[in-house]
Amino acid sequence: MSKIHLTDLPMNETGKVISINCPGHIKRRLLDLGIVKKTNIIPVLKSPSGDPTAFLVRGSIIALRKEDASLIDVEF
Amino acid sequence: MLLGICKHNNKDFLLIDIPGTYSLMSNSQEEEIARNYICFGNPDATVIILDATCLEKNLNLVFQTLEITNKVVVCVNLLDEAKKKNIEIDLNKLSKLLGVPVVGTVARNAKTLNNLLDTVYNVCCSKIICNPKKIKYIPIIEDCILMLSSEVQKILPVSKQYLTRWVCLKLIDKDDSIINSIENAFGIKLSNEQILLKLDEIRKLLQKNDIDSSNLKDKIVSNIIFSAEDICNNVVKYKNSSHQNRDRKIDKILTSKKFGIPIMILFLGLIFWITITGANYPSQLLSDFFGYIQEKLLYFFNYINAPEFISGVLIEGMFQTVTWVISVMLPPMAIFFPLFTILEDLGYLPRIAFNLDNYFKKACTTGKQALTMCMGFGCNAARSCGV
Repeated sequence: MSKIHLTDLPMNETGKVISINCPGHIKRRLLDLGIVKKTNIIPVLKSPSGDPTAFLVRGSIIALRKEDASLIDVEF
Repeated sequence: MLLGICKHNNKDFLLIDIPGTYSLMSNSQEEEIARNYICFGNPDATVIILDATCLEKNLNLVFQTLEITNKVVVCVNLLDEAKKKNIEIDLNKLSKLLGVPVVGTVARNAKTLNNLLDTVYNVCCSKIICNPKKIKYIPIIEDCILMLSSEVQKILPVSKQYLTRWVCLKLIDKDDSIINSIENAFGIKLSNEQILLKLDEIRKLLQKNDIDSSNLKDKIVSNIIFSAEDICNNVVKYKNSSHQNRDRKIDKILTSKKFGIPIMILFLGLIFWITITGANYPSQLLSDFFGYIQEKLLYFFNYINAPEFISGVLIEGMFQTVTWVISVMLPPMAIFFPLFTILEDLGYLPRIAFNLDNYFKKACTTGKQALTMCMGFGCNAARSCGV
């Protein structure tokens, strides 16, 4: 178990959110989508150009850009 | 907001569609409108429509709504889709856990909608009494709410006492925009001396427990989300946990490096081809039809001996221009937009946005703009509104 950025989480591996360090409005959006501490998050798709990445969270898929995902720390 | 009227069992229903949101607290304009309507618009009942295929995400909204109103009907829609994906939802149990009636619907099936209207009616006239379950927050926040509630109770109007808990929470959270709307709507003042004193006390207490304004909201939201998770674990059964596998496979192809963009170009190319070649025929028909009418109108004006400048202005000027525009513009729009809607219903448009986001980012915008840009091919007015 180590702490890494969400962007470094390998595809299709489950990470557990430890902290969200995004600016206020983005953080609020993430909270609304159910991304809080202890939430499981799995990267499942990458866009053709490599960014954004789609994550499976609580049964639905959401896309995050690199600059936002890199501010989320996960346990892996 | 959209209004709808319907008649059911000889009762007239006035339905108001408020903006769809995931939450009622992140202060976007839609959320504010939705919240204010539910809270201050005095609806007889509020119907929350949930997507059965991702119940958990939607329950967040249910809990937040239950905090601000008592009369709620939860409608779990898309049961047919859920069935296809082998998701089973125990609606009775959900209703018990939430304390409000839950109706399952398949929007295409009128019978299930009648059932919904029956329930809404029964809630409106208090034949069904809702007893919404309120979120239990962590002890420290509950303590703070308790400290404030007696003061807030004194100020709130008698008919709005059920809002006490929520108002306390917003006061503790220092959510000024909401507090302002509450004060304006009920004509009250929530910043009297006792309350300010208590709030000061609360702030100190929270500080002692390492809670400040930045992480308080996290704690509140986490509480709601964990409650939603808990309920989902109780009522939702995934018979086959790989229910999303097929969708995922398709997604993988649609967004792959090799095929993602070619497929997109193919799809859009196909739509344009159908639009452009397909529109020629109705265009021709329309312009023939209008030409025929124009001829008859000219005869008529000659017959009544109208001066030439009048027929010039009315027929060659107004009539001809308007009909030209209609026959040239209407057919492509009538073909393009429905086709685009099909792509939307298939869920392909978000994939386009996903594929193109990186390129649009370079122009300081998001992939979603790709869609409004595409709409611009059908009609520029639609694009400008979208932007």
